[in-house]
Amino acid sequence: MKNKSALTQKLCASPHIVWSAIFIVVPLIMVLYYAFTDANGAFTFENILRLGDYTTTFLRSIWYGIVATVICLIIAYPLAYIIAQSKARVQSTMVMLVMIPMWMNFLLRTYAWMTLLEDNGVINGIITKLGFDGVHMINTSGAVILGMVYNFLPYMILPIYTVMTKLDRSLIEAAQDLGANKVCVIKDVVFPSTLSGVVSGITMVFVPSVSTFYISQKLGGGSFALIGDIIEMQFQVSNNFNFGAALSLVLMVLILICMAVMNRFGDDENAAGGMMI
Amino acid sequence: MRKFISVFAALMMVFLCSAPLGLTTVASAKDYSDLVGTEINVYNWGEYISDGAEDTMDVNKEFEKLTGIKVNYTTYDSNENMYNKIKGGGANYDIIIPSDYMIERMIGEGLLEKIDFSNIPNYSNILDEYKNLYFDPANEYSVPYNVGMVGLIYNTKMVEETPDSWGIMWDENYSGQILMFNNPRDAFGITQCYLGIDLNTTNSDDWHRAYDKLKEQKPLVSSYVMDDVYNKMESGEAAMCAYYAGDYLSMKANNPDLAFVYPKEGTNIFVDSACIPVGCQNKTGAELYINFLLSGEVALANAEYICYASPNKAVVNNPDYSLKDEKILYPEPEDMPKTQYYHNLSPELLMLMTSLWDNLKIEGNDDVSIYIGLISFTAICVVYAGYRFVRKKKREKMY
Repeated sequence: MKNKSALTQKLCASPHIVWSAIFIVVPLIMVLYYAFTDANGAFTFENILRLGDYTTTFLRSIWYGIVATVICLIIAYPLAYIIAQSKARVQSTMVMLVMIPMWMNFLLRTYAWMTLLEDNGVINGIITKLGFDGVHMINTSGAVILGMVYNFLPYMILPIYTVMTKLDRSLIEAAQDLGANKVCVIKDVVFPSTLSGVVSGITMVFVPSVSTFYISQKLGGGSFALIGDIIEMQFQVSNNFNFGAALSLVLMVLILICMAVMNRFGDDENAAGGMMI
Repeated sequence: MRKFISVFAALMMVFLCSAPLGLTTVASAKDYSDLVGTEINVYNWGEYISDGAEDTMDVNKEFEKLTGIKVNYTTYDSNENMYNKIKGGGANYDIIIPSDYMIERMIGEGLLEKIDFSNIPNYSNILDEYKNLYFDPANEYSVPYNVGMVGLIYNTKMVEETPDSWGIMWDENYSGQILMFNNPRDAFGITQCYLGIDLNTTNSDDWHRAYDKLKEQKPLVSSYVMDDVYNKMESGEAAMCAYYAGDYLSMKANNPDLAFVYPKEGTNIFVDSACIPVGCQNKTGAELYINFLLSGEVALANAEYICYASPNKAVVNNPDYSLKDEKILYPEPEDMPKTQYYHNLSPELLMLMTSLWDNLKIEGNDDVSIYIGLISFTAICVVYAGYRFVRKKKREKMY
């Protein structure tokens, strides 16, 4: 009997394994291959050595990614807590409100921000109507980070919210009974037990923020490039697949390192913390 | 028998449809009935065909009705983008519409098929000046579709003077109000025009000089754009930009404050032509499509819709053509600016140009704050980790 269930398990998993092999493993190997070859297919380190010129771009992308992730976390955590604490009907409405923007195309939403932030845009129109001086917002790093926060915020709220709903209320009550004040309850009871949600939220915001290119092009005016822009340019304009692959490879490694460091934080805080990579 | 009837019916439909439209279409000498029910894949620039919006002619639909050949239509936004798709071999297209220098490159690399002009009797509509161009001297591979030049578009409400030079795009008075091309060839192109450098110079110092000039301009540039230019110029978000003449006419329709000039230093002229890439699956169908694009009524509909200059006699001589007196598209010979075509660059020069362009783009003005931010973030993390480590040790001691 046992053998049979093992076989069923394998059968059920096989489509996923085949899928991963074809669409994840093989492309990764191709990225590796391109990164270490030149246009004629000969082995070379030149692509990797060229990357030194792009250090600032890499660091800028990571920095923007960190800032966006931290802002998302600061907004999302209390919000998820409030949603999880409210009544069932209110809860479903609020989750709905978080999800609805995701039904719209990501590119369209970013484009809409362009119209909002422009010097003659909607927001400045309102500000000047009220008698204040207009604020220059578009084509600044602030606008790019705003775009990242706006677009990826739901990916932070939803995992945290999911963990929060599973939170055992009796734990909180027990802590209160034992004399813990509000801050203490949140710091020592709620936060540690929702850490797995926070970790997956951070991953889901940080990774797309670091590698984005559309947001920086539209809201940053293309005057400073993130690493995603440079990679896009290698494939779309320069037709230099090898260098593009080298950039992507290093970006992947950097993201992996960031995630590993973060997992160490989550890891020893709480054994129940979920592992994410 | 049934098959015969259906072919007959299809042919009848062809004639019935063509009669009211008055289209001079499928060459009558040949029999194309076996193409009914086949498909062609057309790969064109975005917004580069009359698509039936606002009561215009839907060119693809008319072609389908007329010939029974199904048109699969997709678009691209740059020559390089299209080239990568064809070169990669991942997709099959029957028609592409590259620009001059890209045609030169693709012919050189053997990526284009020779066209059978016996299927394209309407080729006689092409003006003589657009035959035997440098990229296809024997007229074997390409059929001109549209012609255009790059010029300076500016908002008369924001620019008081009447500019006549590319130099105004380097004028500090307009800092933060200048839009620049977001593709290396065109951005370098106008810089080279301004500096009086040949657009196709093979001297790498010339490219570096143009790069320095672009770097000098960067702090003044509001953003580097392609299609977003419409939005930004029409809303008055930017004071000026360099863009294609035909697109100015579309912008002006939405913002009458805009004006246009061909700067005195000269500019780039381009010809976009229909070509058939190797690996095409339905060559005759593709040739019929090209022939259809050249027929008077279709070409007129396209010229009215796209607003680019037409290389087609049947359009420019048509009294109904609303843009025929538009001096921006068809300047008088004495007003014609100095123009140069782009030529295909050698792989080394292409590499140089794109890496200079990369350098231009990766420079930011916030470099210092990034380093400070990252260092302080790392410091906070380390301090926090240390604090946690110490606390853990303390707890272990306690128990």
